[in-house]
Amino acid sequence: MNGGGVKHWTLHLALIAVLFSAQFWLSPYHATNLARIMILAVFAMGYNLAFGYTGLLSLGHALFLAAGMYAAGLPAQLWGWTAGPVFIAGIAGGGLIAAALGLLALRTAGVSFMIVTLMFAQAGFLTLLYFAPVTGGDDGFAVAASSRTLMGFDLSTDTPRFLAALVIFGTGLLLSLALVRSAFGRTMVAMRENEERSRMLGYNPFSVKLAALTISGLYAGAAGAAYAILFGYVGASFATIQYSILPMLYVLLGGAGTTLGPLLGAALMFVLIEAATGLTTAHQFIVGAALVTLVLFAPKGILGTVRERWVRWLP
Amino acid sequence: MAALNPTPPLRTPLIQTSGLTLHFGGLKAVDGVDFTLHAGEIHALIGPNGAGKTTFVSLLSGRRLPQSGTIRLAGEDITRLPAHARVRKGIAYTFQITSVFPRLTVFDNVALAVQSQGTADLTAKTHAALARVGLDGLEEQEAQTLSYGHQRLLELAMGLALNPRLLILDEPTQGLAASEIEGFKTLIRSLVPQTTVLLIEHNMEVVMDLATRITVLTFGRVLATGTAAEIRANPAVQEAYLGA
Repeated sequence: MNGGGVKHWTLHLALIAVLFSAQFWLSPYHATNLARIMILAVFAMGYNLAFGYTGLLSLGHALFLAAGMYAAGLPAQLWGWTAGPVFIAGIAGGGLIAAALGLLALRTAGVSFMIVTLMFAQAGFLTLLYFAPVTGGDDGFAVAASSRTLMGFDLSTDTPRFLAALVIFGTGLLLSLALVRSAFGRTMVAMRENEERSRMLGYNPFSVKLAALTISGLYAGAAGAAYAILFGYVGASFATIQYSILPMLYVLLGGAGTTLGPLLGAALMFVLIEAATGLTTAHQFIVGAALVTLVLFAPKGILGTVRERWVRWLP
Repeated sequence: MAALNPTPPLRTPLIQTSGLTLHFGGLKAVDGVDFTLHAGEIHALIGPNGAGKTTFVSLLSGRRLPQSGTIRLAGEDITRLPAHARVRKGIAYTFQITSVFPRLTVFDNVALAVQSQGTADLTAKTHAALARVGLDGLEEQEAQTLSYGHQRLLELAMGLALNPRLLILDEPTQGLAASEIEGFKTLIRSLVPQTTVLLIEHNMEVVMDLATRITVLTFGRVLATGTAAEIRANPAVQEAYLGA
């Protein structure tokens, strides 16, 4: 993971430039979809840092997404906060809930960790339903226009929304590249590869994994808050198991442990679901078949396979 | 219990255990071991298979916790300290079964050890540790593609990169070719007295050649401690272990 610095940064900045240009050659409908994909990719990047790099297979990330969404949406709804503070509150909400869950769930590992995170996420979902008078429950609530403006820009309109999504995605992407290239990134991978050996090199596995999970939660929180602000909706449906599975699928499809895999996976899955929905009501079947194919023929995901076979320096 | 000490300690011993005990059900793996390790020595731990050598060093490194007894590192009680904290206090352990990170590069393997001591001069220190064991030039290779002997050397480089006060080596020459063993002995001699070495070893030639002192374990207990000559002359040791 040492070396390749210039190539790494050039590749990632070039991708951000291409995404920036997309607003000029995509229709507004598709540009809005791309904004949505970028926000989902932020969620998936966070998942990737925990799962792809640190080896933490969580089934509870919907809780972090929803935490960010409600930590953003509720102050907007109840106290009329503006977009800036709302977004920061959302990031903090995701990180805090992830840290709290980590303190408890990281006492377990492997399958137990999956079950415990799943259980906490379900408890979170039920809590949102229980407090439906405040949270809106399954119906959710719309975020007021006043909380969707930033420095005079109306983030509910196409261009500002696209640019805001791009800035959030680009920042998340570059931060994740910096993180995985850093000494701490190497430690995260060491946890994934061999926790016991890492311990005998002087690392406390619990605190490394807790930090990784918290960072992952910050990403999920940012995605949840961004979704609330840019698309104007907050609801308990984002806390369902589906939103814990989706980032895993994005990451597996794009390539776990690659910096660009989450975006690729989110984009492909989005397109696949769109296409399948047009063809049949059984679109979940097509998605499932695609995943089975993936696991059989490219278990490392698209970019994982590309890295293994052709582009060794891919971060 | 012949325990003539050739160099009476003037300072606090680096490691001192008293009454260290770990039983697995009826099996007394480590049974009331009193053991002293002086700073700067190469100390070999020998004994028949199942004598409790690996379990004993697991207790020193913190991979296991004892049922009773105490461990002191330079006078400080570390009996209950978790393994990673002991590593930071200077106790490095290299695994009997080579345990490198197979899918990471040689560089990353050693860098992980270096950076746990701080990230200043990470690249230079990593290269230095690799050069010390003669693996320089293989930095970008994946660890799993190395030969077995080279993986053992990588394991050793990881231990050295921790810059330890005490380096515990569990059967380091197992699987090494004769030529590699010579290089290994030279390397270990170059470590003392800055680093103290505790060595579990079955190759008696290596033990007699390297060790300043030897401790013999049988059935989880200390049978004898002394210099190579004293151990060779000890009738109890000959009966129990050297196969006289």
